[in-house]
Amino acid sequence: MKNKIENAGIPMEEKDKSTTTRKNLLKTAAAAGMMLATGCKMSMEEFLQKNFKTLTDSEKKEIITRLESEYSKKYGKKFTVSAQEPIEGTLFGYALDISRCIGCRRCVYACVNENNQSRKPQVHWIQVLQMDKEKGIDYHHSDTHYNPPKVPLEGHFYLPVACQQCRNPQCTTVCPVKATWQEIDGIVVVDYNWCIGCRNCMAACPYGARHFNWGQPSIPNEEVNPETHYLGNRPRMKGVVEKCTFCIQRARAGLYPSCVEVCPVGARKFGNLLDPESEIRYILKTKRVLILKEDLNTQPKFYYFFGV
Amino acid sequence: MKFIKFILLSIKIFLRGGKYFYLWISFLLLLILWGVTGYINQISDGLIVTSMRDSVSWGFYIGNFTFLVGVAAASIMLVIPAYIYEWKPIKEVVIFGEILAISSVIMCLLFIIADMGQPLRFWHMLPILGTMNFPSSILTWDAMVLNSYLFLNLFIVTYLLYHAFIKKEYNKSIVMPLILLSIPLAVGIHTVTAFLYNGMPARHYWNSAILTPKFIASAFCSGPAVMLILFQILRKITSFQIKDEVFWKIAELMAYAMFLNLFLTGSEIFKEYYSDTEHLIYHKYLYTGIGKHNDLVIYAWSSIIMGIAAFFLFLIPKTRTNFLTLNIGAVFIYLSVYVEKGIGLIIPAFTPDVLGQFYIYTPSWAELRVAAGIFSLGFLLFTFMVKVAIAIIFEDFNIDKLSSLTFRDIFKNIIDDKSAPKPESASRG
Repeated sequence: MKNKIENAGIPMEEKDKSTTTRKNLLKTAAAAGMMLATGCKMSMEEFLQKNFKTLTDSEKKEIITRLESEYSKKYGKKFTVSAQEPIEGTLFGYALDISRCIGCRRCVYACVNENNQSRKPQVHWIQVLQMDKEKGIDYHHSDTHYNPPKVPLEGHFYLPVACQQCRNPQCTTVCPVKATWQEIDGIVVVDYNWCIGCRNCMAACPYGARHFNWGQPSIPNEEVNPETHYLGNRPRMKGVVEKCTFCIQRARAGLYPSCVEVCPVGARKFGNLLDPESEIRYILKTKRVLILKEDLNTQPKFYYFFGV
Repeated sequence: MKFIKFILLSIKIFLRGGKYFYLWISFLLLLILWGVTGYINQISDGLIVTSMRDSVSWGFYIGNFTFLVGVAAASIMLVIPAYIYEWKPIKEVVIFGEILAISSVIMCLLFIIADMGQPLRFWHMLPILGTMNFPSSILTWDAMVLNSYLFLNLFIVTYLLYHAFIKKEYNKSIVMPLILLSIPLAVGIHTVTAFLYNGMPARHYWNSAILTPKFIASAFCSGPAVMLILFQILRKITSFQIKDEVFWKIAELMAYAMFLNLFLTGSEIFKEYYSDTEHLIYHKYLYTGIGKHNDLVIYAWSSIIMGIAAFFLFLIPKTRTNFLTLNIGAVFIYLSVYVEKGIGLIIPAFTPDVLGQFYIYTPSWAELRVAAGIFSLGFLLFTFMVKVAIAIIFEDFNIDKLSSLTFRDIFKNIIDDKSAPKPESASRG
């Protein structure tokens, strides 16, 4: 909410004018900066690119064309980078049936494939916690690196955790540059070209949902997914933060997130919270749901429930 | 024009020195070079060269940053007792305090830059040019107060020294309000930095109201500890006159600050251990270790023991007025706060992480290297400014003396290696 007020009251022309002088001014500074940044393969356009939220439609188009050709060249595949806006009347919500989840981690890898997470170094947006049935939801006794011959392991249950898409997100509040925000359809997104990599959001997130590109991300050409969204699964650079976006490229096209689709036991449910006929609303109405760390007032749109 | 002469003289004054001075400078330059090459590696490979990972996403860099904010803040706070007790060389206390503050803030900013994943995008945080998330993000507040503090101190020091250089009386109505402004700003940089951590409900280790007062209390210990030692050196090598009583008074005030710091630490330890909730785990990691994870325990206890020892050394009049025990106390306090406000503040907040997973962090060589470079650059700046200040304040260097001190003479001296030219002979001869 706090992030919505920017640029209010500034007429469009004035904004453009100040932008051009700003650009010239920055160009000289940029040239010096470029020389210094020996390891940073960054083009001038990239360096001068503005916050995605402040771009005009034509500027967005220009950037997207540039990115598409850049990615296509790099991976030898035809890329599309969408900037599809939120669909009016949608607020996405998610529900996960703890009683069904078997801890197979298929969601983890489906997510990696769909969302172009780096394979080396490895980035996972979903973390599955193996917990003792006797202890209940107890993070300090849980284990993400479980590796039994067969899941589910006797006496244990599984709690997959990714971005909880909070209604009151801490991460966007603490970001010093407004590189991350909540869209109207409830998805918290990151502009990878604007993130400065300070990792304040990672310190603020109570769910460990934000991940940093500590090294140069790498994806084999044959595995890369060329159907991307600017605010979602397009290839990232090192030194920026990324996170689950409910597969924004799919959700806004009317598809389920890939973790929902891949789940072999149907533990994952997804839908529009504003649609009274949706499956997610049916679950909220007929099941007893819980949210994680409710004491922090983050108000997640990611619910857990016991279906059976 | 005169200002250029001032800068030129400053450089000349700085270069004046004997064998040991040049050894010191070469040592610092070597470390800076080592740090810079380390940083170039970090830029090309990414922050993966550090030991930080998603679980422990802040580490040694941010720890050093936090500690140095304390040093920067407290060196100015010495101005308050200087006023109250009417210490004679108040101008000197102000100038050297501010020089320490300037060097510390510069190191702070460098540590922040070293920690950034995309340092070239720093301009995104600027108002107008970028999209500064003000007032929501405490980090933007921190950037603002730190930069204001830096420029304010830089201005005051330059203004005072420049006026001494051109042999003009400085304008009190300009300087005094600025000095007075720097005091609340000093408290401000520390409070805002504490709020940065304090305001995160996700991190129980930080999310305690006692954190901010503890920051201020420990800062009142670490900043003056540096000044105690610096003033003794100044007194020995220059005509700087400062009474013994001033040292004792500073030490006494530090004892009170240390008591408050230990009391607050104790209160927190009581609350955590007695209530024994799941949030105790972070303190456990720090003070007793959890299972085989006991990496911080030795540092945590050394910090507390050194703090207590320094408290008693500074409390008991006999040890406070003895310069040997006084200096031991100052070093103890410095080390104690360095651990407490450095790794002791940052690492336990992330161990275990928010999902209860343990990732054991110890700084990598790359981090130590970059940190060594930053500290060396800070020391170099500090040496430079202190030398210039000494020459202008105590050795009466001014605009008329400029021509008598040539670069040729300076370097001739070094090559001849006749130890350090006596300051008296250079200025009054």
